[in-house]
Amino acid sequence: MVEIGHFALVLAFALALVQSVVPLVGARTSNSRMMAVAEPVSMAGFGLVLLAFAVLTVSYAQSDFSVANVWENSHSLKPFIYKITGTWGNHEGSMLLWVLILTFFGALVALFGGNLPATLRATVISVQGWIGAAFLLFILATSNPFARLTPAPIEGRDLNPILQDIGLAIHPPLLYLGYVGFSVCFSFAVAALIDGRIDASWARWVRPWTLAAWSFLTGGIAMGSYWAYYELGWGGFWFWDPVENASFMPWLAGTALLHSAIVMEKRSALKIWTLLLAILTFSLSLLGTFLVRSGVLTSVHAFATDPSRGVFILCILTVFIGGSLALFALRAPSLTAGGLFQPISREGALVLNNLFLTTATATVLVGTLYPLVVEALTGDKISVGAPFFNLTFGPLMIPLLVLVPFGPLLAWKRGDVLAAAQRLMTAFAGTLLAVLATMLFIDGATVLAALGIGLATWLVLGALTDLALKAGFGSASPGTMLRRLTGLPLSMFGTALAHLGLGLTTLGLVGVLSFESEHILTMKPGETTEISGYVLRFDEIAPVQGPNFTESRAKFSLLDAAGKPYGEIVSSKRFYPVRQMPTTEAGIKTMGLSQLYVSLGDETADGSLVVRIWWKPLVTLIWGGTLAMMAGGAVSLFDRRLRVGAPARRRREAIEPAAAS
Amino acid sequence: MTRKQKRLSVIAGGLGFLAVAVGLTFYALGQKASYFYMPADLANVTLEPGQRIRLGGLVEKGTIVRDQGTEVEFSVTDTERSVKVAYSGILPDLFREEQGVITEGSFGPDGVFVADSVLAKHDENYMPKEVADSLKAKGVWQEETQ
Repeated sequence: MVEIGHFALVLAFALALVQSVVPLVGARTSNSRMMAVAEPVSMAGFGLVLLAFAVLTVSYAQSDFSVANVWENSHSLKPFIYKITGTWGNHEGSMLLWVLILTFFGALVALFGGNLPATLRATVISVQGWIGAAFLLFILATSNPFARLTPAPIEGRDLNPILQDIGLAIHPPLLYLGYVGFSVCFSFAVAALIDGRIDASWARWVRPWTLAAWSFLTGGIAMGSYWAYYELGWGGFWFWDPVENASFMPWLAGTALLHSAIVMEKRSALKIWTLLLAILTFSLSLLGTFLVRSGVLTSVHAFATDPSRGVFILCILTVFIGGSLALFALRAPSLTAGGLFQPISREGALVLNNLFLTTATATVLVGTLYPLVVEALTGDKISVGAPFFNLTFGPLMIPLLVLVPFGPLLAWKRGDVLAAAQRLMTAFAGTLLAVLATMLFIDGATVLAALGIGLATWLVLGALTDLALKAGFGSASPGTMLRRLTGLPLSMFGTALAHLGLGLTTLGLVGVLSFESEHILTMKPGETTEISGYVLRFDEIAPVQGPNFTESRAKFSLLDAAGKPYGEIVSSKRFYPVRQMPTTEAGIKTMGLSQLYVSLGDETADGSLVVRIWWKPLVTLIWGGTLAMMAGGAVSLFDRRLRVGAPARRRREAIEPAAAS
Repeated sequence: MTRKQKRLSVIAGGLGFLAVAVGLTFYALGQKASYFYMPADLANVTLEPGQRIRLGGLVEKGTIVRDQGTEVEFSVTDTERSVKVAYSGILPDLFREEQGVITEGSFGPDGVFVADSVLAKHDENYMPKEVADSLKAKGVWQEETQ
């Protein structure tokens, strides 16, 4: 059965080779029949990879242990949902998912690319074909998910227990939709370089792809962070670990790309820079894939890895990054430079945004790769952790966050900082109020914490001010305001929502970093402890039998200050016998925006239990804010002007550019 | 300002900004990067008091001592030398005897390594890369057999 999947993959590889060459040659020689090959081939390639993926999923669903990959990562007693998600909970399966998403995006370009210039479309699909061919070869040569075992084992070895979790079921597909989504931007950039020109349709296409990929990547990173928070039992949500940085770097570069693509679309300026960013963003995605899959860096998230795969991906990485940058160096000077603008203008603000974001990306890159370089040069082993990133990334981000509310208030081409500052007076007053309130009313608030709260308030109020001003708040009647608001392009709501989300995430971070309290103690059943105005009582601990694990489940009662029951928290330690692995299932009680987090440790000599309790104020805002950012991306994506299938409206706007600003 | 002057000032501003970022990065790398050592390496290096390092190796068999509270003591060994480590808190799920770990912290005045974080891995077959490399170099590495 699984041989069908293997065969489909081989076929998909062959088609990817066709896709890499034929449309490109067609585009170069103006042969429309050769260019026309692009669409059916890319769609068929997607169909074949989908078939392969479906076959693997079915093997997992049926627990077919004659397939080595299923045997290594599944177990007949595993809950059904984790049998399905186990398909991509391992190296081979996750690479297959990677390629599936890649071919999916290639097929989308073919499907919706009808209004692109024919040569551009053919070239873009060809470049997608190169990436697809490289990764299909990688799977077939080093990571075949369809290898058989004879004789077939009776029982599988189970999936790593910490991956048996709904968070990890959703995290990789979202993350890959983001990572791989940037491949389309990359293909467009390379195609523009091959073509030697960037026209209006180029910009219109790149922006929605960037938006979509960025939204998915935001969601994927947030999901991974929330998973680490509740599943690892440390209560941490970000560790500046190489594997996390691997996903964060494309996000930072992608955020820069998102903003520079606006300038390019609206003002046709920054063309060459946008092109370079598109190449860099996907290069960082490839680098991320390499770092995660090769295990060259010591990471707390590292799983057993295979060095030969690392070398293969490194080759892909070198060819694609080196090749595209060489092409850029060769062709970029011949591209026409775009429009001019004053330094103080919306364009200028977006350039500043890009300067900050790319520099921040570079510091994260240096911190992530520095240990590799030092080890290669001197043999010394060092680690670069949170203290480094706090010292470099932090100072770069804070001024950027302070400047964010100004950006949308500056006019295109020539802006007025003083006018923008005046219009932000209300937001500034609110910020001051928030700082003062924090200092006065919250016990133990440091100046830094108060300023952090102020920064978050500034971002939130700044985003709201932007919308309020556009609606004409204060000068127009409520009816006019409503009409103006409904008449605003969706992308403006998207901007405001994303900036609002940034503020909320900042607020969550400041809340946890400044006001978190932690108690580590040993408790016996019946004992109580006090935390942040609540009383936590350890009621009992009892063994529970799960489908493929055993569990020591501890029950806690939460009482309010008056001693009335307020809620219950269940926290447990699981043991998965097949893998001989224990896991921690933290007990989390959400109260308002804050959470009480209870994690169990080992039993001590006298039979009591080590318990670690955190009070995490405003912690939910960290992920709530990223949801708002994602929603902002999605709302912008539905903006009519960006919808790729709306040519009539587009033509009208080309005549009336003022309406778009 | 002429266009040329304007462009120059923008470029100068950008470069100045980058220079600050680069300076900050180098400063932070010098200050905040912590070195990784195995117990046997410690004989050859001089550490400043309180200098943060990462200490890696295997958890020596029979050395894990838990007291009544949250304090844990264990020894980290590379089979040549071993170092006593004190840690307060909950150990990672995969912390076990004869498993590879990386601890981060600094030496106290009594020669005990006071760790504020202990890392084991997410995967029971996985050995921290630095630990695996060092053990291989010492010839005591055993491939996992299944």
